[in-house]
Amino acid sequence: MSQPVLPIQISAYTVTTAAGTGKRPLLAAMREQRSALTANDFGPEPLPTWIGRVAGIESAPLPRSLADWECRNNRLAWLGLAGDAFVDAVLEARERHGAARVAVVLGTSTSSIGATEDAYRRLDADGRFPEGERNPLVHTPHSLANFVQHALGLTGPCVTISTACSSSAKVFAAAERMLRLGLVDAVLVGGVDTLCGSVLFGFNALQLVSPAPCRPFDAERDGISIGEAAGFALLERSGGSARELQLLGYGESSDAHHMSTPHPEGLGAERALDDALARAGLDASAVDYINLHGTASTKNDEVEAAVVARRFPAGTHASSTKGITGHTLGAAGIVEAAASLLAIEHGLLPGTVNTRLLDAACGAQVRIEPRPNADVRIALSNSFGFGGNNCVLVFGRSGESPRA
Amino acid sequence: MSASAGASSNVFYVEGVAFWSPSLPGWPTARAAFRGEGAPVDPPAKRPAPEVLAAAERRRAPDTVALALEVAAAAVRDAGREAGTLPSIFTSAHGDLGVNDYMCRTLATQPTLISPTRFHNAVHNASAGYWTIGTACREASTALTAFDASFAAGLLEAATQCAADTRPVLLVAFDVEASGPLATVTTSRGQLAGALVLAPEPGEHTLAAFEWSLSSGRSMRSALCSDAARDLAGNAMADALPFFESLAMGAAEPLMLPLSPYLAFRLVPVSFRSSPLAS
Repeated sequence: MSQPVLPIQISAYTVTTAAGTGKRPLLAAMREQRSALTANDFGPEPLPTWIGRVAGIESAPLPRSLADWECRNNRLAWLGLAGDAFVDAVLEARERHGAARVAVVLGTSTSSIGATEDAYRRLDADGRFPEGERNPLVHTPHSLANFVQHALGLTGPCVTISTACSSSAKVFAAAERMLRLGLVDAVLVGGVDTLCGSVLFGFNALQLVSPAPCRPFDAERDGISIGEAAGFALLERSGGSARELQLLGYGESSDAHHMSTPHPEGLGAERALDDALARAGLDASAVDYINLHGTASTKNDEVEAAVVARRFPAGTHASSTKGITGHTLGAAGIVEAAASLLAIEHGLLPGTVNTRLLDAACGAQVRIEPRPNADVRIALSNSFGFGGNNCVLVFGRSGESPRA
Repeated sequence: MSASAGASSNVFYVEGVAFWSPSLPGWPTARAAFRGEGAPVDPPAKRPAPEVLAAAERRRAPDTVALALEVAAAAVRDAGREAGTLPSIFTSAHGDLGVNDYMCRTLATQPTLISPTRFHNAVHNASAGYWTIGTACREASTALTAFDASFAAGLLEAATQCAADTRPVLLVAFDVEASGPLATVTTSRGQLAGALVLAPEPGEHTLAAFEWSLSSGRSMRSALCSDAARDLAGNAMADALPFFESLAMGAAEPLMLPLSPYLAFRLVPVSFRSSPLAS
């Protein structure tokens, strides 16, 4: 079993989803129980489904000095970095620690593959990429972290983690280890994924896409709504200040079951949960809020609901925020980390938007309605990905952790 | 904030090594060739058929999966470990370029005909998924990329996990040939895979030990010593070659693996039989 880790300070964070740029619109959507999903209008032949599309990406080119990195995913990364004055926090950390002591660890599922898909639609007479779209640094999965490191003038370790829908949860684990060993003094973590043909038509081929806005944990749920998002957090070793937001623990595991369906008893998910609680030094009963993976796929929600029902007391409030944002895939980890941090900061227990009637598999923990004015001290966030790749994060605040 | 807490040195012990390319299909062959004591095989070996995969999947699996699972299994065997006990780190610059080419080609012509299996094989962690399924391993697994520094970044993540949680880990590194229009922008030739089992302490299978640290400032990738390694330098995982050459030679010189234009992973071979650093 994993040993407890020291809390890691979350110095700043930001999130951009279909709800809008920065934390405020996501918080408002959580408060008002409002979905940001819209009918799919993405690409030349849009499938009949709903998507979480970030407005304004098309009209927000990268600055001229970064033009070589142009693609939808890097644009969204740039848009996201500007939210909540996050860039300023990073630049201050760079000043404080030195550029080489700040790592960049970002998660993505498909990175800039959308740009590669576009190029394939416009090949030249020789079957080559069109002129002007041949930057090798764009058409590769490391495009994301490489771009962000370059754009912010950082020179520490830089890596892109790509484990499908757990990608930008696992970045927190990688960052904690780097900080624990003293390899760096700050880590810019996060994730960005953008709408592209691969995921829309790919999930459609797997018959996992709903024709309507997704309804996590609904008895009549019929699949996911795909979204795009960018989110970032700045992590440092704890400065010991009162009421700082903290990463308290994380758990990682593998299902060892199937490439695209979860273990039927949720053994991998439960193992990640145990690992996370052990690292946080907490009991399941200490958890006030769980932001569920809750994709609205038949199988995920069934398995996840059962794990929560058997492991948590009835008083734990659990919900999925994917009815607001859609399933943002490789960005889901950071988006839902942000939702969990907002829950702690604002005493808001989010509900499950779009859901009308809870599946019988759900215990008392899964809630449709949000609850304001709550005391949210410990929040958990679940992220599960293809390949059976699981990650659970635990967040809290200094001075408030009922550590065993 | 206080200054760095990273004054203490970290050491990892290599206790399993595997290597595969069509010309050097296995570590004994590769080791001999890197030492100038043996020749690459001719004709080149066919794609490996790792036993970790179910029989039907041995043929259907993407090339990256076949390569990765072949070396992963060989390294774990070499280390005398149980696969199910090891957290794993899979690193690849580009992932499966053949699957990516298929996806983009199909999306450009008949997007609704995308194969669901090929779609889930397109995730960067496909090899990690097949490995954990095939070995019934429920430990953590990760998949990462750092473009032309993907081996160095993978080795750093593996060394970091090994040191942070003081437990052995499996590192698997691979890249395949760019195909189709993607080859316009992506340079990767041939097939190359390597795997290592790293442990936090010396043991009966220990083959080498390295003290490691980060070193800021510009560094160049080490020149390759052997023709056999130079023949593989066009692969996107070529930044692994200096490390495997060093292992083959039992070299005593420090090795700098560039992590970026600004930073390198510094590895100093250390004696491990008396293991003064392991206490």
